[in-house]
Formats: sequence, structure tokens, C-alpha cells
Amino acid sequence: MQPVEQRDEVEMLSLMLLIRRFEERASQQYQAQKIGGFCHLYIGQEAVVTGAIAAVRPDDYIITAYRDHGHALARGTTANACMAELFGKETGCSRGLGGSMHFFDKRHHMYGGHAIVAAHVPLGVGLAFAIKYRGEDRVTLCFFGDGAINQGSFHEALNLAALYRLPIIFICENNLFAMGTSVKRSTSLKQIVDRAEGYDIPGEIVDGMNFREVRDKVAEVADSIRKESHPAFLEVRTYRYRGHSMSDPASYRTKDELEKYRLDDPIIRLRAQLTREGKLTNEQFDELDKHAKQTVLDAVKFAEESSELPVEKLHDYVYFNGAKS
Amino acid sequence: MREITYRQALNEALAEELERDPNVFLMGEEVAEYQGAYKVSAGLLQRFGPRRIIDTPISENGFAGLGIGAAMVGLRPIIEFMTFSFSLVAFDQVVNNAPNMFMMSGGQFNIPITFRGPNGPAHQLGATHSHATENFYASVPGLKVCAPATPRDAKGLLKTAVRDDNPVLVLEAELLYSSKGMVEPPDEELLIPLGKAEVKREGGDVTVVCYAQTVPIALRVAKQLEEEDISAEIVDLRSIKPLDEKAIFDSVAKTHRVVIVEQDHPFCGVGAEICYRIQKDIFDELDAPILRVSQEDVPMPYNEDLEHAVLPNAEKLAAAVKKVCYA
Repeated sequence: MQPVEQRDEVEMLSLMLLIRRFEERASQQYQAQKIGGFCHLYIGQEAVVTGAIAAVRPDDYIITAYRDHGHALARGTTANACMAELFGKETGCSRGLGGSMHFFDKRHHMYGGHAIVAAHVPLGVGLAFAIKYRGEDRVTLCFFGDGAINQGSFHEALNLAALYRLPIIFICENNLFAMGTSVKRSTSLKQIVDRAEGYDIPGEIVDGMNFREVRDKVAEVADSIRKESHPAFLEVRTYRYRGHSMSDPASYRTKDELEKYRLDDPIIRLRAQLTREGKLTNEQFDELDKHAKQTVLDAVKFAEESSELPVEKLHDYVYFNGAKS
Repeated sequence: MREITYRQALNEALAEELERDPNVFLMGEEVAEYQGAYKVSAGLLQRFGPRRIIDTPISENGFAGLGIGAAMVGLRPIIEFMTFSFSLVAFDQVVNNAPNMFMMSGGQFNIPITFRGPNGPAHQLGATHSHATENFYASVPGLKVCAPATPRDAKGLLKTAVRDDNPVLVLEAELLYSSKGMVEPPDEELLIPLGKAEVKREGGDVTVVCYAQTVPIALRVAKQLEEEDISAEIVDLRSIKPLDEKAIFDSVAKTHRVVIVEQDHPFCGVGAEICYRIQKDIFDELDAPILRVSQEDVPMPYNEDLEHAVLPNAEKLAAAVKKVCYA
């Protein structure tokens, strides 16, 4: 079994900062009308994907829903390719043909960016099916929101994964709201993790604002799966600071609630842990943040200067004819 | 050549492709232990084992999606729908995921998947089990759709579909599973390209465009009209998408009269698209308005006589042919 490389925590903190600064800049560029369509920001949830990615190998498969910028960045897609995608440019990670909700990066085993709620959960099960079919020891990480758990395809997918004992970790990023509907108003269960029990899939609740807890839990579960293939479920409790999408002022929740979560910010938390342990100085942190901001500014410049896919090439992307682009 | 059934032809195609490529697997309801709801997969579990011939629960959306996910990393799934009427439960996967992936990933992920199973009205199954889905699916860019009428075409098109690097729907004809026809011997590779129609019968007075379950009807009517001195040319589309425009146009240029007999509904049906293309490109070739024979625009009734009245049938087709021939 190929070992999982231990990722440096300071490096992971800088990745979280990159995601945060990328999303802030995306928000600004959206308001400046440089970005079209829908745009869902990941701010507040950074520890979930960063922790999970830190726990797996680069050749493991990941797939997620439409709040996907953080997942691509965490996986190694460059800020340039992500920003260019938002700008609809040919240099984007999906050549400007996917947009915010459809980030793909084959080289980094990032299988999308899917925008129909829960419709990608069966796809994730298919990725895991292929792993087992080929006798590999990879793991699939399948991310989705709390809104996905009441959709039929989610239930069918969990049953199939359990039935065929497939190597997949279902990671529910429970940010408490499906668009504007709170979990309390959408879900009959007291806790989401109990959905897994209904399919005989082991499930646990994880603090999604704590990078280390996410990483350690995903590592433990992935290790168990690599030894003997099975599905697992993690309800990762997190919070999005912004609205569902750019057009949502999030008036369905109070300022107090938001402030409460902001105090538990995943970046501040990991920073404090590292500082306390003497692994990071304030100067170093400022340097990391400065670097993240600059990377994102450079990405905006790159996106602006990139060209668009010419319209006459559009038909090359309907059917695959053998010559891989 | 030897005579086999449409069902056997499909079974041979599956077996040959499973044998040829280890990335190919068959998945669906009752495909393995039950040997197929229509016995198309008979014997495959015994030959290829449970790793590659996989029974599923009744979860069309789930296993269609599973197939698409597996195809993203290079497997070549064959997903059987017990009937295409049930594919509607998986519509989101077939329409939203399979054909969109290549475009929305900027060309990174093509989906080499085959969706297959019986399609079109059978006999007294009522409204929910009688859907002809070809016009729904043919309207989706990124999908390919074929609808074979003979054992030979069924085998050759299914094998081609499995080898295609894109999502292909093989719409089998439920009423034709037991029909027989001549097919090349198993040691002779039979591949029929997608997008190629075949003239099933030559004629000079009128072109009858048909596919799947309407092909035997058209052939029967052609024979019957011979006695009335009307010579009908039967063009079997075989593939709905891509559409073999040239084969249609060549025939119309010869006969100057057209009837399209299709198994779907009239509104936005396959025939509507063909009519449009004929009038757009070869208007001057026409000596009469084009007629279409399809299902009536109603949900399918159970009652046998009423069902017959709703279906495209020989009487309706014969009347339409005579009308365009002013006979």
C-alpha cells in the first residue's frame, strides 16, 4: 500500500488562506461583473476540504457539488486556472465551458464540480466502483452539502455503495443551510449522520472548523478503507459566512449566529494552534497571507489577459472523436 | 450467415465485447442471476462472473450515475434499463450528466457508456410502460441514439455503441426480441456504424422512412402495396442521431414522395425533424406534402383495440402512402 505523505501544517494553513483570499477576490470580481452565472463561495468551510485533502494521496479521487472552488484549489489546481474559469477563459480549468459550478481537473483527480444537488453522489460511487473493479487501493472522497441528503439519488448511491462495499467516504459538509432552508426545516432526523446508519455505513460527526480533527478523522477512515474496501460517512459540521450564492444576502439567519461562527474561524484556529506550539510566528503568518493575496491578484490579471475559446471550436466539445484535447 | 433471433444477436454482441475488452461490464436490474428480464443477458453471469455482470437494486438513477462515474475513469459500462420507460427515473443522469460532462469539463472527460434496453410500446402495458423515448434523447446534444430493427443491425450497432467513446443509447425493440434474421457467423466481426441508414427494400414511387418497430410494418405495407402497383422504398434509419440525412435525401431524390413512420408521439417527434430537413434542403424534389404516421397524441390506453388505434399501424401507413401517391 502506497503511504499517505504527511503534509506540512503551515503549508495547509497557507492553502486555507489561498482559498479564503481567492473567494474574497472572486466575490469582488463578481460584483464588478467580470464573473457571470451563479457563484457559491466557500468562505468559512476551508478546513473541511483542506483537512480531507491533507489526509489522502494525490491519486485518490475527489468529487464535489457546485461550491467547488476550494476543492479544486486544495487539490492543486492553480489559482490562475480557477480564476480564468470564473472569467470564462480558455485557460480556465474547464476551458471556460464549465464556469463556477463545474470545475474539473483530470490531472489532479478532481472529477468536478457538479451542480444538480446530489446528482454527483452516484458518480462518486461509480469512481469508487472503478477502484474496486480494478483492484486498486485508492479512496474516493465524495463531498456534498446538507441539502443533498434528502434527494433520491443520494439514497440510491449510499445503498449501492454499501451493497457493493465500495471504497468511498461520503463527506457531508453540513453548513446548516440548504440555500435558505435550515437543516431543521428540511430533515426529519436530529442529526444527519444517522442517514448513514440506515444503510449500514459507519458514520461519525466531525468538527469542520478544526483542520486537525478533519484531517485525522479522514486519515483514519481512509486507512481502514484501504485495508478492506467499504464505504464510510462523515458529517462535517461547518458554516458558510456568505449567502448561498452571490445573490443571497442570507437574511434567514442572525448576525449573532454568524459572529459566533466567525469566532471559531478555521484559519484563526489553526493559526493559534501553530503559534502556541511555536511552529508559526505572526510575521510568518502575515507573509503567508500576503503571498496568498498576491497569488490571487496575479490570477485576476492572468484571467483578464487570457483569451476566450473561439466559437468555431465549440463543436469540438460535444462528441469526443479520439484526438484528446 | 445463419438465422438467429434479435435477442440472441444482442446476447452475442454483449458476450463478444465483454470478451474483447476487460473494461466492459454489464449492470442493471435482473441482468445476472435472473438472466435478464428479457433474457438478453442469458448465460453471461456464468461465463463472465459476478464482477462483470452485476445485478442492481431498483435504483435507475443510482446505477446509471454509477456507470457514468466509472466511465469518467475509463471503464466502459453497459447499463441495461429493464425498459426505457424506466430510464425516465434516471433522466437526470442520462441527460444532465452523461452528455454534458465532455463540454463542461472542457474536453477532459468523455463518457464511454452504453445505455440499452427495450424501448417503445409493447403490448397492452399501459401508459407508464409504453414510452418511445427516442425523440426525448435525440434532442440532447452529446448523446447518440440508435434503434435497430433486425438481428443483424442489433448486433452490429450494439457492438459499435460499446466501442464508441461517447454516451450511446441502444433502443431495442421490445416486440422484436423473438424475431429472426440472417446474421454473420460469430467468428466474423460485425460492426455497423452509427449514423448509417440502410435501404431495406428498393422502390421507385415513394420513400418510407422508418426505424425499430416500424420497419416490419413498413416492409409489410410495401409488399401489400406492390399488388396495387405502388413501389415503396423502405429506408431504415437504424440510427436516430446522428441522422443519415444523405440516405434520406438520396431516396427522396429518386421517389419524390415521403411518408415517415415513427414510434414516438407526433409533437416534436423524430419525423418532424426529418420533414424540416427535407423541405429545407431538397424542397424542389418533392411532388407531394410529406406525411407522418406516429402514435396519436395521447397517453397509451390499456384496452387492446384502443391501443391499436393509438399506435402507428399498417392501415394508417398504407393510407398515408396512397395519399402522397395520389392513388
